[in-house]
Amino acid sequence: MTHIVAIGAGQAGAALVARLRSQGFDGQITLIGEEPVAPYQRPPLSKGYLLGEMGLDRLMLRSDEWYVENNITLRLGQPVESINTDSRTIWFSDNESLHYNELVLTTGSIPRRLPAAVGGDLAGVYTVRTLADVDAMRAEFQAGKRLLIVGGGYIGLEAAAVAAKLGVDVTLVEMSRRILSRVAAAETSDYFRNLHMSQGVMILEGVGLETLLGEGRVSGAKLSSGKEIPVDFVIAGVGILPTTRLAEVAGIEIDNGIKTDAQGRCSADHVWAAGDCASFPMGEGRMRLESVGNAIDQAELVADNLLGAGKDYVPAPWFWSDQYDTKLQIAGLSTGYDHIVTRGPAGDAVSFWYYQGDKLIAVDAMNDSRAYMVGKRLIESGKTADAAKVSDLSVELKSLLK
Amino acid sequence: MAKITYVEHSGREHVVEVRNGMTVMEGARDNGIPGIEADCGGACACSTCHVYVDAAWVDKLPKKDAMEEDMLDFAWSPDPVRSRLTCQIKVSDALDGLRVQMPEKQI
Repeated sequence: MTHIVAIGAGQAGAALVARLRSQGFDGQITLIGEEPVAPYQRPPLSKGYLLGEMGLDRLMLRSDEWYVENNITLRLGQPVESINTDSRTIWFSDNESLHYNELVLTTGSIPRRLPAAVGGDLAGVYTVRTLADVDAMRAEFQAGKRLLIVGGGYIGLEAAAVAAKLGVDVTLVEMSRRILSRVAAAETSDYFRNLHMSQGVMILEGVGLETLLGEGRVSGAKLSSGKEIPVDFVIAGVGILPTTRLAEVAGIEIDNGIKTDAQGRCSADHVWAAGDCASFPMGEGRMRLESVGNAIDQAELVADNLLGAGKDYVPAPWFWSDQYDTKLQIAGLSTGYDHIVTRGPAGDAVSFWYYQGDKLIAVDAMNDSRAYMVGKRLIESGKTADAAKVSDLSVELKSLLK
Repeated sequence: MAKITYVEHSGREHVVEVRNGMTVMEGARDNGIPGIEADCGGACACSTCHVYVDAAWVDKLPKKDAMEEDMLDFAWSPDPVRSRLTCQIKVSDALDGLRVQMPEKQI
């Protein structure tokens, strides 16, 4: 009987095994996870779960019974030590081994940490990636405590929003010129800066962390501006790195992530990759996406291809973020835009449309699901939208789809 | 607790009990009922948990907010009256007997 093994029990791993079964695969399936819990949703970790509005039971992607009913073997809390792609064997850290016919690497990503040289190893310094990370930091979120967030990306901003709501005194430092500079236009940065400042969060842009201060536990920080501030705890939101160690050791090619072909195959036979850890061909170069949507779509594609579909991956990027009462929805990828067209504000809704020449490539929509959905449809079907119409609030957005 | 009947597009029915406080989407997810995808996990961000609510139940459910209306407008083959996003419907005793039908596909 064919045995398909997936290493990495996150969103991609869960999507892969579900798709294999829904497409009728009746062989053996094993899903291996390093964390001791069944696959769960990560996005709420920095939102509703951290805030305490959403419990663990609502975080799980599937019920325990579902894995039993679908005859999927979960091996949780069992880190894989190495892979031998010649004998098609996986070795666990306790020296136990497992044979596979097809292997899928859904190993995800790990957060960058602050180096020990700047105090990154002090107690009270956290990253946001796993349930254990968030459970560990939760007790720190008390009114009046002083939180330093290093990094003004979405993770840092979402954590800032939760902390501010709970009455924590938040300072966020962003080394580059503006928050979200890596992923969004200045208009979106401005929107979120204003939003956070209005909630009392101190945002310092063009300011880096020089070093954390404290003995054993963090008690302060020295910023690149020379200023020293007292700090009770720290969250580092300075990006993630694809988890490639196992693949690397196995001699599988890496290129900003585990390198795959358009169908999800790695350089070693019978090995595939999907999700945050995988880099796939895109135009002349390669691309790696860090999002739930990509993890699901790519894993489902690999499942289909394992069953012989022979399909190439066509990413349709989408993303969302919740901060205070603002819902941001993003369609497309803004990389390479040359100008922005603004629609609104109309009430609390505003959207920024990214163009490369005449071509619409992405939309950031704040509290404006119509703008998001219209933008998503247009981008996915390779169409654009007339900028004059986009910015004209009297033009009904849906008419742009015609 | 509410007994909810989920009807797949094929007509296959699933009757399950869903705890108060969960959403109708989570009731389907936790019982492994196919046809509701909920890619975003319930954040009203993806419109892949769309159903048609049984006509008799339309007025008994909490009203749609503007965001749900907007997302639904772009779901697969929406019905102006019966379409809902299941991630936005919280389960309570009042929903006992609710019947929802899945569309042919999610976006």
